[in-house]
Amino acid sequence: MWFSTGSRGLTRVLGWLAALGLLAGLVLALGVAPREVSQGNVQRIMYLHVPSILTAYLAFAIVLVASLGYLVSRRQAWDRWAGSAAEIGTLFTGLTLASGSLWGKPTWGTWWTWDARLTATAVMFVTYVAYLMLRGMIDEAERRAQLAAVLGILAALNIPLVHFSVLWWRTLHQPPTLLRPVPAALAGIFRLTLGVNWVAFTLLFAYLLAKRIRVGRLSEAGLP
Amino acid sequence: MRFVRRAWILAWKDLTIEWRAKETLNSLFFFALLLIFLFQFALGPDRERLSAALPGLLWLGFILSGLLGLGRTFAGERDNDCWDGLRLAPGEKSAIYVGKLAGNLLLMLAVEAIFLLLFGVFFDLDLVAALPGLALVVGLGTLGLAAVGTLFAAMTAHVRARELLFPVLLLPVEVPVLLGTVKATEAVLLGEPLGSVAHWLKLLAVANVIYLTIGVLTFDVVLDG
Repeated sequence: MWFSTGSRGLTRVLGWLAALGLLAGLVLALGVAPREVSQGNVQRIMYLHVPSILTAYLAFAIVLVASLGYLVSRRQAWDRWAGSAAEIGTLFTGLTLASGSLWGKPTWGTWWTWDARLTATAVMFVTYVAYLMLRGMIDEAERRAQLAAVLGILAALNIPLVHFSVLWWRTLHQPPTLLRPVPAALAGIFRLTLGVNWVAFTLLFAYLLAKRIRVGRLSEAGLP
Repeated sequence: MRFVRRAWILAWKDLTIEWRAKETLNSLFFFALLLIFLFQFALGPDRERLSAALPGLLWLGFILSGLLGLGRTFAGERDNDCWDGLRLAPGEKSAIYVGKLAGNLLLMLAVEAIFLLLFGVFFDLDLVAALPGLALVVGLGTLGLAAVGTLFAAMTAHVRARELLFPVLLLPVEVPVLLGTVKATEAVLLGEPLGSVAHWLKLLAVANVIYLTIGVLTFDVVLDG
């Protein structure tokens, strides 16, 4: 598959698509979408915040699938997928936490609160940082792949447990606006802007993933 | 049956060593005592504040002593160059996991019983009435800790900076267990019926099933290196 073998031409196309999508998303988010009535301009952070967390979930789903794939097939390629997706997913989770914090200060009046969704996201963040630390501590590629696969599966299956435990623990976050079945929770232009940004983020993720897998393959082949 | 026998032999070996040397048990007992001093010094003499924080402190103590104890799960094999012997033992590798887990579980429960007793004495806690509920919560929580801890101890047994990596891996994963046990312990100590925390107990049970399944299914991969 061109994606994991790293055809540079197609990766470049992906990169340009991501750049165009991000540009369109930025124009929509800052220029076209109107000021939200109750929150004002601060609400525009949502166009960064929501696509970030959706991308992070996609990345961690890939970590789970690739970890299972490695354990079944014992092919190193699966491990490159898992490790690369985990790195980028952690990055996007960090972006989610940072943008949420920036939004929370003017809206809730605090940079951080131990609300259920914030806490669950923070726990997910530290879990995958730990996953990356484990990878960093093991030099031998096969051993690293074995242990990372076990942790990659455990970390993913733990996400729903963390979610429910933290939800019962306490909650303050507004209910999810995007996937809720109520129609018209978001007006059309808000929805469009969010959708475009989401697609752009997913393209950016795919581009970064292709690049990162290629770097992993080259460094394992012994190239500088 | 042979699986159970293999697991039992390993657990018995570990417990015999522990019984004769009492290395871990003695150190953890002393550690628990020091932790209680530490909690008292950190929170001050105010009784109300202490009693409000007790369930959290109790599990903080269990987790901290668990980290030290569980991290040493494979210390015997490593220090005495028996790791390969363990790996080459015939039969299902998951029997080794179950055996090590059983040994850890008994050791942790022993330490926790002592810890509870000390808690009762130092913080003037009436434990007798809460004991049945407490036993259930502590049992479920300890299984959740030990199931992941035993797996991670094997994973980090030969990794650089394992003393640091082990808690860093274990603590994020144990968040649901910690939240569930603290909330359930709080209810039990207040004398509420167990039904009021049934959702937490179910969560702990589900977590344990997931952790044990992953441990049993992946242990031959973990032991491979």
